[in-house]
Amino acid sequence: MRKLIFAVTTALAVGLITPVTATATTPQDDVKAFQQYFYDKFPNVKKGDFKDGVYAINEDFRAQWLNSEEFPPYEESITKGEKMFNTPFANGKTYADCLPNGGKAIRQMYPYFDTAAGEIKTLEGEINACRKANNEDPLKYKKGPITDLTAYIAYNSRGKVFNVGVPNDERALAAYEQGKKQFYMKRGQLNLACADCHVTNAGGYARSDLLSPALGNLSHFPVYRLKWQELGTAHRRFGGCNENIRAKAFPPQSDEYKSLEYFLTVMSKGIEANGPATRK
Amino acid sequence: MKIRLLSSAASVVALLSVITSPVAFSAAHGDMIAEGKRIAFDRKLGNCLTCHVIAGGQAAGNLGPPLIAMKARFPDKNVLRSQIWDSTVKNPATPMPPFGRHNILTEKQIDLVTEYILTL
Ligand code: HEC
Ligand code: HEC
Repeated sequence: MRKLIFAVTTALAVGLITPVTATATTPQDDVKAFQQYFYDKFPNVKKGDFKDGVYAINEDFRAQWLNSEEFPPYEESITKGEKMFNTPFANGKTYADCLPNGGKAIRQMYPYFDTAAGEIKTLEGEINACRKANNEDPLKYKKGPITDLTAYIAYNSRGKVFNVGVPNDERALAAYEQGKKQFYMKRGQLNLACADCHVTNAGGYARSDLLSPALGNLSHFPVYRLKWQELGTAHRRFGGCNENIRAKAFPPQSDEYKSLEYFLTVMSKGIEANGPATRK
Repeated sequence: MKIRLLSSAASVVALLSVITSPVAFSAAHGDMIAEGKRIAFDRKLGNCLTCHVIAGGQAAGNLGPPLIAMKARFPDKNVLRSQIWDSTVKNPATPMPPFGRHNILTEKQIDLVTEYILTL
């Protein structure tokens, strides 16, 4: 299994990316191989714990983290988000009028491929689409009010399970393949792929940073990082990881990051939503 | 390139001494080693400690093997230099950055790092 993923990494690294063909692996095959790789690599980690990132794979860090969860620094944001959610727009409508299920317990549905629109829909994108439809200014995509709102939505979605698939649609498969490519492709002056750190070397230390497994990497977003002293979206984090390897970050909600988020979420089928969360 | 290398008066003196006396040679070599170590440890340059345990380095990572007994394992200096210049030749999937091919370090900096690593 390890070999298999390695082979994928290498092929993509040297640019032998082929379009989906009869012989290509299906997303379902990929999910199985991807998850099994981590189960084999971390035989002592309970499958349900991968949602906790680095705190799933190190007892000491986990204990410290659980301690800090008694007074989580994101609490205030959840309260602000709830207020935002319940405050009607100028025209009297609310987010509940646009979002599925009245906006409750929906975090685990995102991102998904919308076959009618022919594109990936993210939770942040849908929030701004809702604002636009109601003549409100869009929110910035990396931090600030948008993360208050998604923190509130994530919080009331805790325990729901991710089950995002790839519909049988050429455009959906293409978006999936783009995300997969983004994930395995070496980039930047330091020539590193996301997969180098979060697959091949997950569980290893880069300096004193323990590298989290890619499985469950996004289940808990938005994340309050002690380094940021505030919440950030997944796309903000992607940008940080890209800049660390001296690659230019893509803008939040770019096709590149949407597809990356899509790929990682498809891979995390069965993982529980547990956001927001605190990280170093 | 050559001109930029001799940026400090000290290195000019060191280099001249190499040519003139064997005693000064070891002093100059010592300077090279010290400079190689500085480059290897500098977070903005080699930052080798991200992945390798190296004697004297703090908070090292473990993505690569500890750098020890290098002379025994790399009797040919060029093989070591090539590993640092472009680690992907030997292993295309390696996480180790290609320090020469991607211009992360200059040729001279790679020479100095190579000298230093060989002392480990
Ligand atoms: C040089 C190594 C490296 C590379 C390459 C890298 N990351 Fe990271 N990443 C880290 C470190 C270190 C952290 C912080 C510790 C952790 O949670 O893994 C991190 C954290 C993250 C997190 C947050 C995890 C959490 O639990 O909140 C996500 C998501 C992430 N990375 C995704 C990516 C993606 C996507 C890419 C490629 C665009 C990428 N990373 C490339 C080192 C890397
Ligand atoms: C991001 C990780 C990373 C960084 C940074 C890194 N290396 Fe490596 N290095 C590795 C890995 C992993 C290997 C194992 C060989 C492979 O991947 O093919 C390796 C192998 C080596 C080897 C061969 C060791 C052996 O026993 O065969 C040498 C020598 C070496 N590195 C030197 C350096 C030097 C010098 C630097 C800094 C200028 C450096 N490395 C920076 C990851 C790294």
